[in-house]
Amino acid sequence: MAATLRIVNGKLYDPINNIDGKVQDICIEDGRIVDSVSDDATRIDAQGMVVMPGGVDIHCHIAGPKVNAARKLQPEDHRRDPHPGTPFTRSGTGGTVPSTFATGYRYATLGYTTAMEAAVTPIGARHTLEEFHDTPIIDKGFYVLLGNNIFLQNLLREGRKEEFRQAVAWWVNSTKAYTVKLVNPGGDEPWKGKKNSNVSNIDEKFDGLSPRQIIEAFITTVNDMGFPHPAHIHCNNLGHSGNYKTTLETMRTAGDQRAHLAHIQFHSYGGELGKNPDSKAAEIIEYVNTHPNITCDVGQVMFGKATIMTADAPLAYVLRGLTNSKWVNVDTECESGCGILPFSYQEHIYMHTLQWAIGLELFLMSKDPWRVILSTDHPNGGSFMLYPKLIKLLMDRGFRQEEISRVNQKAIAKTALNDLDREYTLYEITIITRAGPAKALGLKHKGHLGPGADADITIYDEMDDKEMMFNAPRYVIKSGKAIIANHEFCGDHDGKILHITPAYDEKIEEVVQPFFENYYTIEFDNYAVSDSYLHDHEIVPTANDR
Amino acid sequence: MSENIKIVKNATCTFCGCVCDDMELTVDLDEKRIIKAKNACVLGRAWFAEHTIGDWPVAMIDGKEVSKEEAIEETAQTLVKAKFPIIYGLSDTTCEAQRQAVAISDIIRGTIDTTTSVCHGPSGLAFQGVGESTMSLGEVKNRADLVIYWGGNPAASHPRHFTRYTVTPKGMFIPNGRKDRTVVLVDIRKTPSAPVADLFIQVKPGKDFEVLWALRALVKGKNIDPSIEEETGVSLATLEDLVDKMKNCRYGVLFFGMGLTMTRGRHFNSGAIMALTTDLNEFTHFVTKPVRGHGNVTGADNVLSWQTGYPFGVNFNRGYPRFNPGEFTTVDTLSRGDADAAMFIASDPASNFPKVAIEHMKKIPVISLDTKQTETSNLAHVAFATSTYGINTGGTVYRMDDVPITMRSAFDSPYPDDEEILTAIKKRVQELVWAKQGIKIAVGEARVA
Repeated sequence: MAATLRIVNGKLYDPINNIDGKVQDICIEDGRIVDSVSDDATRIDAQGMVVMPGGVDIHCHIAGPKVNAARKLQPEDHRRDPHPGTPFTRSGTGGTVPSTFATGYRYATLGYTTAMEAAVTPIGARHTLEEFHDTPIIDKGFYVLLGNNIFLQNLLREGRKEEFRQAVAWWVNSTKAYTVKLVNPGGDEPWKGKKNSNVSNIDEKFDGLSPRQIIEAFITTVNDMGFPHPAHIHCNNLGHSGNYKTTLETMRTAGDQRAHLAHIQFHSYGGELGKNPDSKAAEIIEYVNTHPNITCDVGQVMFGKATIMTADAPLAYVLRGLTNSKWVNVDTECESGCGILPFSYQEHIYMHTLQWAIGLELFLMSKDPWRVILSTDHPNGGSFMLYPKLIKLLMDRGFRQEEISRVNQKAIAKTALNDLDREYTLYEITIITRAGPAKALGLKHKGHLGPGADADITIYDEMDDKEMMFNAPRYVIKSGKAIIANHEFCGDHDGKILHITPAYDEKIEEVVQPFFENYYTIEFDNYAVSDSYLHDHEIVPTANDR
Repeated sequence: MSENIKIVKNATCTFCGCVCDDMELTVDLDEKRIIKAKNACVLGRAWFAEHTIGDWPVAMIDGKEVSKEEAIEETAQTLVKAKFPIIYGLSDTTCEAQRQAVAISDIIRGTIDTTTSVCHGPSGLAFQGVGESTMSLGEVKNRADLVIYWGGNPAASHPRHFTRYTVTPKGMFIPNGRKDRTVVLVDIRKTPSAPVADLFIQVKPGKDFEVLWALRALVKGKNIDPSIEEETGVSLATLEDLVDKMKNCRYGVLFFGMGLTMTRGRHFNSGAIMALTTDLNEFTHFVTKPVRGHGNVTGADNVLSWQTGYPFGVNFNRGYPRFNPGEFTTVDTLSRGDADAAMFIASDPASNFPKVAIEHMKKIPVISLDTKQTETSNLAHVAFATSTYGINTGGTVYRMDDVPITMRSAFDSPYPDDEEILTAIKKRVQELVWAKQGIKIAVGEARVA
């Protein structure tokens, strides 16, 4: 495929540029969308087709130490779902935790061209970047886990705010991360150091520091430094009955500052601890609807096989107690914990149906699709390969009703799902899968089709069955290059690493280094990840860089 | 000693799975050798001292010196012509080279396997069966007040394991180091590691599983008959005391070695120790870890897993990865006579495989990549001499606890590194496979090239 390309006759969905189904040409040159190209440019006739920017996944788990442990753990997950190679592409295996090559190619077969790995330990950053090198097609970045970092917590305890800020920036630079991630902040130390306990309240102090203090410090610091994407937060008490109060308190802690709440479905439960929950989707989405500083992704549960993998190690242990399945726990020195187990969501189980219904409630009661983004917290709520089915659930009320009739009715009765008639439009789907996440990530060249945008484009045949439609784009173009044409792979692409390089005072290294020498088992000089791990990459500017 | 001396700080020793990255190497650049390795253990010092520049050719075919290019061509032709080509080794090279090796297997639809299949392969299988509560080594240093070694002799095999990571260091919650820890050694005989331990428990050979299973029962509050002593050599009182220690520690760790994985019971033994660890988490925080041997065997597990989904014993005959230890593991593919060509990378199976496997190696074209002349390179049809990882090349290795470390090169070697040779072989086999299939794709268009 030539360096110049013109897509003609397609119906464009480009919410960032307010284009809703208008037939218009798109011109591409050198990997970017441009105003015009010469007449001899290669043409793609998109007559009867829908043209969208490539999909952007704001929250998934696709690369790094915990993902690879989950791959190793489940040969049974791979063997039923081989991923043969083609002359253009490498082979691999699928299942809920696909191999790296299969991950990149399968995202492409859904029309997704960008995905963000949502939880990487700093010490695992090098591993994650190595896997990214083998994850084709998509552009990708990761969020670095700093919320349970012992050194940073010590600085907060001692009130050393400026050093905290410098150290956060140092860690983000040293790992090539895209933003910071908090997971069950404050919960690691009770888990590792106090016989597998946990924090249960956002204001519960552990050794003088509460989750709220940690959350507040990170939200403020990240906003001060103008990261393109704010602190990405997995709240305390995930999965527990009554946790919606913690979620509301976490959002209140942000005040009017930007914050992203991950997989809010898992954080919208009412009821009493230890008993079956009910839905508090209405309360959670009401807060999100009325607070434009908050973005979130839903973390929809889809029935069938999933894999739990989370830095929330105590939660994984709780789930292990329910399923008695094989279980992995990994403690990472000074930085994080991690839990992994196979899981399956079943229609007849009250809890699973409630989770499924709450996710849909959140989508259907959302008033601002730009800030309530599609995710399954892949593979925790289900594979990203189920996104087309989720889109159909949102766009097709009849299909939704059929599905509702097949699940646990006691759980459905605890939700408002039967009363929600809304059907998402293609325009809104484009927002929750492309424009919204790109905007929330601060990726100005993604999520739209205007001049200057990365030429990451998906062309779908327009079909009534939206699951079928979103499952098989006719063309996928990545950085101006056709990867899929007429449903077949016709090329390959490496994709690039997206990361940020916030400025910091190098003197902070003198503060961090003694801690390393005492408590880490890797030498300080060998810790920071070198540029050699970034093959093709893009530094996304912070507000302070501009 | 010449005047031309260089000091390399924070270099990494890849002799064993400890992968200590605090070496200070004194390098004589004229003589091209390391004259001092500060902080290294006895094994590490030997590793650095022995890797000097040899005088054998970069490439040989049937014992005759050839150009690198000729050897690459012959290798590619051999691998593509074969119906059941196997690739094996990989535990003493970089992840960058390992990635190329898996790519070659994928392209030629061959079989790839690593030395994991003859060391902790059973632990890999047990992991798939029961999972594992585990940790990075720094957690042991910072937190572990109970450290148990089972079926291993780190004093001989991993000399700095005790001093750098697990027994003597002071840690965040272990302010007094050794004094704050209880150390237990379980083995079939008193090894040089025993003096380190507060408690040594001697198990009858081949009875580890029985002891582990009895411990599981005791942890769960079940009764064990005192005849366990007759069966295993360990008294019920000793077991009860150990269970008491395990349940009441703050942070416990069970390290295990090939004394468990390569004796009667194999993956059942590994599975039992992992299951025991999981059970103990009902009472306190407990973790376990196989003490891996080769410098980057853990990297090989990781690379194979992320590229194929499986850690070792992977076959691509059908155009996608399949995993079946016993079928696709190298001792088996050789002993059965399945393999009709073999490439061995950074490994010397001709010196340590079963006789029947070695006999088959002699009948098929063998390609070897190694830093030294070995039994394997001596019987090879094509032999490449390559430079040594961590001494002449940088690149990535994974410590036994999956922590990735970037190595520093000490001095340049006239020999190419494994990654360079494997990348060239990959490009050539890709061209040959495309030509065979009549596919016209320019190199650079597709991922594989």
